Amino acid sequence: MSANARRTLSLCGRSALEILRDPLNLLFGLGFPLALLCLLHAIQLRAPVPLFELQHLTPGIAVFGLSFMALFSATLVSKDRGSAFLQRLYASPLTPLDFILGYTLPLLPLCLMQTLICYACACLLGLPLSGGLWLASLSSLPTGLFFVALGLFCGSLLSDKQVGGLCGALLTNLTAWLSGAWFDPSLAGGAFEKIASALPFLHAVEWARALLGGGGAALHGLVTCLYAALALLLAVWAFLYQMKRQ
Amino acid sequence: MQEAIRVSGLTKRYKRLTAVDHLNLQVHEGELLSLLGVNGAGKTTTVRMLCGLSRPSEGDAWIEGHSVLHEGAKVKPLIGISPQETAVAPNLTVRENLRLMAGVYGLRGEEGKEAVAKAVEEFGLREVLSRRAGRLSGGWQRRLSLAMALLGGPKVLFLDEPTLGLDVLARRELWHLILSLKGRVTTVLTTHYMEEAEALSDRIAILRSGRLLLTDSAAGVCERAGTADFSEAFARIVTGEVGL
Repeated sequence: MSANARRTLSLCGRSALEILRDPLNLLFGLGFPLALLCLLHAIQLRAPVPLFELQHLTPGIAVFGLSFMALFSATLVSKDRGSAFLQRLYASPLTPLDFILGYTLPLLPLCLMQTLICYACACLLGLPLSGGLWLASLSSLPTGLFFVALGLFCGSLLSDKQVGGLCGALLTNLTAWLSGAWFDPSLAGGAFEKIASALPFLHAVEWARALLGGGGAALHGLVTCLYAALALLLAVWAFLYQMKRQ
Repeated sequence: MQEAIRVSGLTKRYKRLTAVDHLNLQVHEGELLSLLGVNGAGKTTTVRMLCGLSRPSEGDAWIEGHSVLHEGAKVKPLIGISPQETAVAPNLTVRENLRLMAGVYGLRGEEGKEAVAKAVEEFGLREVLSRRAGRLSGGWQRRLSLAMALLGGPKVLFLDEPTLGLDVLARRELWHLILSLKGRVTTVLTTHYMEEAEALSDRIAILRSGRLLLTDSAAGVCERAGTADFSEAFARIVTGEVGL
């Protein structure tokens, strides 16, 4: 393994450990979406609503769960920026690319794992196991990349208190309301529906739903991937900007 | 004696403020040089420029013959830094922090393990090896911070107020560790503690308002100021009571 790869992997390992060792991260990132899935499924059993059928609900909950990844990456970066630890690393042979990869890559397996756990829970509740389930789970990678990059962007520019409000409260609520996870934005219509269609959250959920159902929904996938690429570009810019400023 | 650091006309300006003003300095290999000065004298800014953390407005510095301005990638593997605040990853154990630095400096498997084992022995970290760094006392954190700075095998070490906020015993322990590096690693230390500079330094550089006033041994500084007390000598020099 080259020295460059070793450097990047060391930073990746550190980021993963910092996130996994925070019990609040596990509680919010995994516990909350699973509790929501069970609760809405219980409602569906008592008063059947098509929106709450597992086939429809699970992809939405999985994408909602991924929105917490933005909070995790933003908090990690902003806390590092506020401490002298990042100064130590800036004075080391690590390159800007090492930093970007070190903060981004370790969260992608976490995204996949979180989504797989969400689908596994849905299967226990009665979601039939299918090939589409694996494809829907894989769609968590570009969707997760979008959230992680958005977190890196916010964490590079804002303090850890600010990212708590922005990524913790605002972004998770935006994802919940505008993704159609547990209600249909077309029912609200008008500007709300237009905004929901213009943002990636709804497309990410529709893409996962289509894949789970055995379909393709290439347009939804394309929009999600384009948003992920855009968020990554913004994150790289913001990180390099603060690196230079520090 | 070979030169480990050469500083030539190093200047840092922030809009109207000149934090470091045409600094010229040489540090020999294995030497421990202390940068002294009151708050705002330019000590930390100088260290930041020498580490490549801040770009000089004018002038340049060479670490082991490599320009900090033009050869940053060659300079970084040669230096280690222990910043003013404790710079450890709080949720990682002491062992994981050391391994992280071994990886960051690109040390291979066995090479990395040996470097970590050596640091553990040298800095007496065995008893806290499995504890999370964020839960250690200030003294242990500083000790770990110093061990992390040395893990990549730097030729030049920068210690920015390494004992700030530590109690007397923890400070003395850290002094012993720093003294053990003399002759092996070229060290630049900034401090506000006069007794620390006096006890550890081969030479002392005194800065005032970004300008270098003098460079001499502790005894030489006292002699110039006409007093046997080092703190008094420092005060006389920085207040301009003694003409240089």
